[in-house]
Amino acid sequence: MTSYAFTDTMTMARRDFKHTARYPMLLVSTVVAPGFLLVMFVTIFGGAMKGVLAGSGSTHYVDYITPSILIQTVAFSAQTTAITVNTDMTEGVIARFRTMAISRPSVLTGTVLGSMLRTVIAIAMLFGVAVGLGYRPHGSLSGWLAALGITGLLMVAFMWLAVGFGLNAKTVAGASSSVVLLEFLPFISGAFVPTGSMPAAVRWVAANQPFNPIIGAVRGLLAGGHVGNQGWVALAWSAGFAALGYVWARRLYDREPGR
Amino acid sequence: MSAPAIAVEGLRKSFPAAKKGDAPKLVLDDLDLEVEPGTVHALLGPNGAGKTTAVHILTTYLRPDAGRVLVATHDVVTDPERVRAAIGVTGQFSAVDWLLTGRENLRLMADLNHLGKAEGRRVAAGLLERFDLVEAADKPASTYSGGMKRRLDLAMTLVARPRVVFLDEPTTGLDPRSRRTMWEFVRELVAGGTTILLTTQYLDEADELADRVSVLDGGRIVADGTAAELKRRIPGGRIDVEFADRGELDVAARILRVPAPDGLTLRLPHDGGVRSLRAVLDALDDAAVDVTALTVKASDLDDVFFALTGHAAETTEATGATETAGTSQTAQTADKEAAR
Repeated sequence: MTSYAFTDTMTMARRDFKHTARYPMLLVSTVVAPGFLLVMFVTIFGGAMKGVLAGSGSTHYVDYITPSILIQTVAFSAQTTAITVNTDMTEGVIARFRTMAISRPSVLTGTVLGSMLRTVIAIAMLFGVAVGLGYRPHGSLSGWLAALGITGLLMVAFMWLAVGFGLNAKTVAGASSSVVLLEFLPFISGAFVPTGSMPAAVRWVAANQPFNPIIGAVRGLLAGGHVGNQGWVALAWSAGFAALGYVWARRLYDREPGR
Repeated sequence: MSAPAIAVEGLRKSFPAAKKGDAPKLVLDDLDLEVEPGTVHALLGPNGAGKTTAVHILTTYLRPDAGRVLVATHDVVTDPERVRAAIGVTGQFSAVDWLLTGRENLRLMADLNHLGKAEGRRVAAGLLERFDLVEAADKPASTYSGGMKRRLDLAMTLVARPRVVFLDEPTTGLDPRSRRTMWEFVRELVAGGTTILLTTQYLDEADELADRVSVLDGGRIVADGTAAELKRRIPGGRIDVEFADRGELDVAARILRVPAPDGLTLRLPHDGGVRSLRAVLDALDDAAVDVTALTVKASDLDDVFFALTGHAAETTEATGATETAGTSQTAQTADKEAAR
């Protein structure tokens, strides 16, 4: 049966993506919150932030905030994944797959692949909005590739975590709310304003939580600035989350289901 | 004689207790079962009897704690992949992908069974036709009625042409017409040589479809045989006679030679015949007892259960471990008595 692992995974990925194609709401719900934040923050705070950003690479707030929004979009997309996985659990679809002669991990891997495709589309849409608002990144090709690499790895990580959240939750509402931490954690980081003006305790959290180096590295790489070892820290966090999410989700799936 | 399609010996399964400190809940207690190829076998029992758990283990969804389970000659513990390749399962709740259309659901199953594009398309079209879903084929499954969902679910199960099909309460919650349709599909299927294990809480369903029936109660099989054999062990029904006061009831009980119960209703066993009904009426008439109401009732699952197990059917899933243990004890005693 292992010889069918690839075919089965692709079948599952097609199924997941068909959901997105059939129900654009799955995509819209991923895009609408970060899109709203992007437009609102840039138009409302853009002018005020000019002074705050003076001395850093660019004083255009859209240049500062766009990478943050793109990374946050990965978290918003993870919520959709957690919901769809949990729906499959509660509707008995996964129970059905378990009694069929198909490669076992393909159910999860296929969902992760389909979700990543949806996330890529969401990010591309938001990138378009950002460019419309005046976002002009000047990074080198290698910088762009490195930024894409970090974002891609974070996507793998968050989609596997989302599968875990979806399998772990008893209800769709539970699955949905368990991802909220991932969505809101970026706010307590240098994602929207530089950490310098925050109170000491908050600044410590903001500087040391994973989103800070990840967003910082992606922003620097896209802008063509110098990111130092922040890039490696970002990669390490993403790889760590990916490993954790994968192992956790597989373990939840392989354990004997409750009655 | 060919090897049985399903062979179960000494199957035990318990679930962890809901509360810490409680004993684990024993759900299947030393279950034995044998199903001949090409026959329909019904597991008949109330909610909480262990029917779904038995199906879950036989279909490799859950693992047994003890016992030997062979399905299509393969062991569910050591060789689950071979079992999965031979079976089809339609669970209690339709496990269809709501966001996909009926046709897409069937094509998904075809892809997962590696049928190939052309063959998959052909099989899907054939099943849509056979299950009367052609008109709704390209509508999302979320728009289907209950009966249509069940039909689609069963059609999805049949894409793989399974040798053994498990149907867990296939008609629960369906309207009478959809129920009849489902029965027709089961008959067609078994006529084509498929072996079917179905669970049901309805006596008439077991009677209509099954070659053999096993009555499951408290995780044990308390009786099995053909439907006709079981019916001979079950009273045909009962007559309820209501009286205006205790005095009338006492007189009636005395002349009919039955113990007088509490309340004002006398329950009399009844074989369903007109003659025995008339005998009761004549006896009451001769004694000039005043009857306020009289009802003739056909036997339902409760009566079957009462007759076979000596206790009323349980109606909830959430029974404590001690209660279940007590129940199976009663069942055992009743079965021994019945065997005598």
